[in-house]
Amino acid sequence: MSAVLQDRVELPEDHRALRFLTAGSVDDGKSTLIGRLLFDSRAILADQLDMLERKSDGQALDLSLLTDGLEAEREQGITIDVAYRYFATPRRKFIIADAPGHEQYTRNMVTAAAGSDAAIVLVDITKIDWRASPVALLPQTRRHALLAHLLRVPGIVFAVNKIDALADPQPAFEAVRHALQTFAREAGITVAAIVPVSALRGDNITRPLQAPWYSGPSLLQLLESLPTTQERVDGSLLLPVQYVAREPGEQTDGTGHQPRTLWGRIAHGRVQAGDVVQLYPSGQRATVTELRRAGSTVAQAEAGQSVGLILDRQLDVSRGDWVGTPETLLPVQRFGATLAWLDAEPAVVGRKYVVRHGNRWVQARIASIGHRLDIGTLKPTDAHELSVNDIGHVVVELGQPLPLEPYVNNRVAGSLIVIDPASNRTSGALLVNVVR
Amino acid sequence: MNAPLSIERLLPALDHKHLDWLEEEAIFILREVVASFERPALLFSGGKDSCVVLRLAEKAFKNRISGNHFKGKLPFPLLHVDTGHNFPEVIAFRDRRVAEMGERLVVGHLEDSIRRGSVRLSHPLESRNGHQTVALLEAIEEHRFDCLIGGARRDEEKARAKERIFSHRDSFGQWQPKEQRPELWTLFNTRIRPGEHFRAFPISNWTELDVWLYLARENIPLPELYYAHPRQVVRRKGLLVPVTEVTPLQPGEQAEAATVRFRTVGDMTCTCPVESSAVNALDIVAETLTVTVSERGATRMDDRTSDASMERRKKEGYF
Repeated sequence: MSAVLQDRVELPEDHRALRFLTAGSVDDGKSTLIGRLLFDSRAILADQLDMLERKSDGQALDLSLLTDGLEAEREQGITIDVAYRYFATPRRKFIIADAPGHEQYTRNMVTAAAGSDAAIVLVDITKIDWRASPVALLPQTRRHALLAHLLRVPGIVFAVNKIDALADPQPAFEAVRHALQTFAREAGITVAAIVPVSALRGDNITRPLQAPWYSGPSLLQLLESLPTTQERVDGSLLLPVQYVAREPGEQTDGTGHQPRTLWGRIAHGRVQAGDVVQLYPSGQRATVTELRRAGSTVAQAEAGQSVGLILDRQLDVSRGDWVGTPETLLPVQRFGATLAWLDAEPAVVGRKYVVRHGNRWVQARIASIGHRLDIGTLKPTDAHELSVNDIGHVVVELGQPLPLEPYVNNRVAGSLIVIDPASNRTSGALLVNVVR
Repeated sequence: MNAPLSIERLLPALDHKHLDWLEEEAIFILREVVASFERPALLFSGGKDSCVVLRLAEKAFKNRISGNHFKGKLPFPLLHVDTGHNFPEVIAFRDRRVAEMGERLVVGHLEDSIRRGSVRLSHPLESRNGHQTVALLEAIEEHRFDCLIGGARRDEEKARAKERIFSHRDSFGQWQPKEQRPELWTLFNTRIRPGEHFRAFPISNWTELDVWLYLARENIPLPELYYAHPRQVVRRKGLLVPVTEVTPLQPGEQAEAATVRFRTVGDMTCTCPVESSAVNALDIVAETLTVTVSERGATRMDDRTSDASMERRKKEGYF
């Protein structure tokens, strides 16, 4: 249901759409869960239901048919690529990045996790021997949670699914919850919540579970309350220059130069007219005389907003440069990072790649691979190369210094993509850990 | 008695902020296109989604003087593929808007492709929708465009839901869904080789409702056939098919007058209106909130053939 249908609802302070990914393996019920969220929030319309009914042959509706969009996916009954879905409640808008859970498609889960505010990890309770001691989780549950954790997804939620399949779900849920908590503690994962659900029957999805043994929120209530990722607006300014435009019109500054506008989305901090800024790499300083936003002049702008800066003097500046508070841009040429490898061709130490940081492309090479992380256990193992779907800790050397920051401090300044210049494929994702 | 509709009543703070956020993202993508490519073009058909993208482009690259008036020039031409079966009122609207804005319009004509022989119709009144791909790719080749900005949305259709914001096309213009480049954060990989190109979709994350809310909020002009008007139609397979020279009555059918509006506007041979009394964008917002049939489901004959018709067309290079 859209926000617009409701008269008055109390809105959370945090107005932004929540982006979350769903991770689950074949048969965990991921597609059914998404279908259920869309269905119960009325984001599915009659003709789509008709299609479902036609295909369900009189059985219960197969909600997973709503989400698998490619022919190959329907043929094989698996999700191959990330799909994006939209729904809304009166309190919030949601964007789902529906990621395949199969190991072979880990790279798509990495794609979905980058930029997500939360991750729902599906746990199929019917596949766990909950009477065992200790209770063993499935490898995919560990893998999905560890991946979300490694990619710094802030809110990790375990949805313990298929409680409808158990006559008495309480002891099983308690045992699985305990096992999840133990695992999270050992791995250093902060868990936002562990919720029991039945995606098939709709239990505890939009309405709280009517059961004496569970008093927590429904999955949807939980999603409505999770915070979105907001970059800090206080402290120093950082802005990657995206596009340099000549001001429309004929006015010149008397030297024959047309005034130029430096466009970019603020990574952190804020800016207003009169601020002194410094450019990287030139080191030159200038004063901001005017700010523009979406066709109009504005007084100030802050992190997350695109802004056009007009400076008081002509400077040598182009796309890929950085604008910041003077003396705060500290470029480095070597850094430690988490590397998620996405390419079928393995990552090779010493080979030249191209990386993109902000709006700048520079040459780079992997100086060393510290270790590969066993994605089942998070244990470091020695490695000389990283293969597709591997994640490891590496040291990277850059052809030019860049103003990096740790990813946990700022997503824009702390993330890079690696491109294979021979194929132009996006081969890896780097999250900056240590800036040396 | 219902209170009259007003933008304030229909657009509480949540939706306002959400539209601001969608606008911010779209403008960011448009600037990324211009900064990353040498010869981009914006697909403009006069349809509502392309009207939204056009307004976003004005906001990204021009200075607003007042209301619907902006100063400056877009850093790319507009491109339209005319099937020769477009609604005449939409073509008239397209030309009027382009003239008002002082922009350059490039038109690729499907008729030219038919004359050249690169398109062969199996019968004269065959839907030309799928054949647009040929004319589109020919226009890309002729003008050496390296990125086309389109108004496709992920909520439209299942194959579109898998689409990247910056989507690579090989030298045959083909989309290869299994070979898509991972798209991480906003670090778009826009590198191409000669002969390849990109499609960029600034309103990927918008829904049909977002589009109508934005059209209403920004007071964006649209072709009149988006609003309720009388039209001769015939009921066929649950759809209201407009009676035109290219979609004539079939034997035994009876035309009827209905008050209708179009939810999407495409080739005349495959676009159907819905019954409606909505006379402006706000009315349509109200209707969209209670609608029970999806946009393409209600209006497009071409998507009904099979579950994968859009995917197959996209693989060949469709919009």
